[in-house]
Amino acid sequence: MVEKGVKVFGMWASPMAIRVEWALRLKGVAYEYVDEDLANKSDALLRHNPVTKKVPVLVHDGEPIAESTIIVEYIDEVWKDGYPIMPSDPYERAQARFWAKYADEKCIAAIYPVFTSTGEAQAKVVHEAQQCLKTLEKALEGKKFFGGGDFGYLDVIVGWYAHWLPIIEEVCGAKVVTDEELPVLKAWYDRILAVDVVKETLPPRDKLLALNKARREQLLSA
Amino acid sequence: MSSEKQETAAVRVLGRWPSPFVIRVLVALRLKGVEYELVEEPMGNRSELLLASNPVHRKIPVLLHNGKAVSESLIIVQYVDEVWASQGPAIVPSDPYARAAERFWGQYVDDKFPSAIRVLRGKVAGDKDETAAQVAAALQHLEEAFVQCGQGKDYFGGDSIGYLDITLGSHVGWVRAVERMAGVSLLDAAKLPSLAAWADRFCAHPAVADVMPGTDRYVEFSVKNDGVPKAN
Repeated sequence: MVEKGVKVFGMWASPMAIRVEWALRLKGVAYEYVDEDLANKSDALLRHNPVTKKVPVLVHDGEPIAESTIIVEYIDEVWKDGYPIMPSDPYERAQARFWAKYADEKCIAAIYPVFTSTGEAQAKVVHEAQQCLKTLEKALEGKKFFGGGDFGYLDVIVGWYAHWLPIIEEVCGAKVVTDEELPVLKAWYDRILAVDVVKETLPPRDKLLALNKARREQLLSA
Repeated sequence: MSSEKQETAAVRVLGRWPSPFVIRVLVALRLKGVEYELVEEPMGNRSELLLASNPVHRKIPVLLHNGKAVSESLIIVQYVDEVWASQGPAIVPSDPYARAAERFWGQYVDDKFPSAIRVLRGKVAGDKDETAAQVAAALQHLEEAFVQCGQGKDYFGGDSIGYLDITLGSHVGWVRAVERMAGVSLLDAAKLPSLAAWADRFCAHPAVADVMPGTDRYVEFSVKNDGVPKAN
């Protein structure tokens, strides 16, 4: 018997999982959220994503889809009469996908070393992370959101910065996204945090702070 | 459509053989019957046009469509499919679930193959036996995916070449070359009956045959250009 409905396998602190929730909520789609313990993954998750075993996974009427950016596009295509997430113009779509790939491949790789370093070494990687984000910021220039006037695909993909990065900065004692270095991105944070689907889903700040503090301590003592 | 010679072709591809990423773009354009000009990027020396068109990555391929630049091979393939939707076969599946599955496997292919091939062709240092085993394992997953996606037909895309065929197929040239150079069996017909047959079909396809040369040329290129393996 096919299990009907929408399930999201995620983890409460995962920015990748929250993308899926934002996309579903933009479309007004009801879903069941399964919070995974990544140190002890459920049989269901491993069955639905045997290849990479990662969250998030969307299960729609029993059929699994993995990889957050792919899931977001899937949601936009299935519930095509709802809120438009992807731009409609092919060139704009290509640009949105380009920047999403840049953010996930380059920016995350540039930010992570900030989290794992200290002192002078950290200062160097902070600068590199800022350069990476400055490149991304160009796609936002002169616009309210990456999507233009409205919260769109690229906002769904990188919107997590607005909540997670200030917390990471506090944990590491580093300042990456500042008014001086990244004014456009910083100004966009407030707009993101005001979006309904974002407000409804953000993990509690203190809980996220505690988790990241513990992770950093673990990484630095390793 | 005017047959006057234009100063600049409406569709240009900045690229160079033997990049599998460039091949993807050429195959997509050929499937759609779109005329294009291939602007060969010189090796080891980026042109002004490339630097201006892809300032972020400074990499090939770049598609220039009426002067507007699109970068990243799989993004270009989807762009071509969307712009020229009314001609040629559909490249990306129309069913959202099938589309998501092909995109998933496409990402998987690019996570596994490019770095593995660099090791196997001796461009980058690494354990060749271990790398070959990883490629074989990845191909085993793809053999299963082929059965699922293609549903008994000739290609991942069914009756005609699609997104995943192009994504994986573009790597076949190098896969065959490293099999010979590293003395490993990757597209083993005994272990991967569907994929081995599919690989031959893909390479022989009219949209592919003229842009993906035979193994000899890949081996020749590697011997000439790959030199001493760089540290990873």
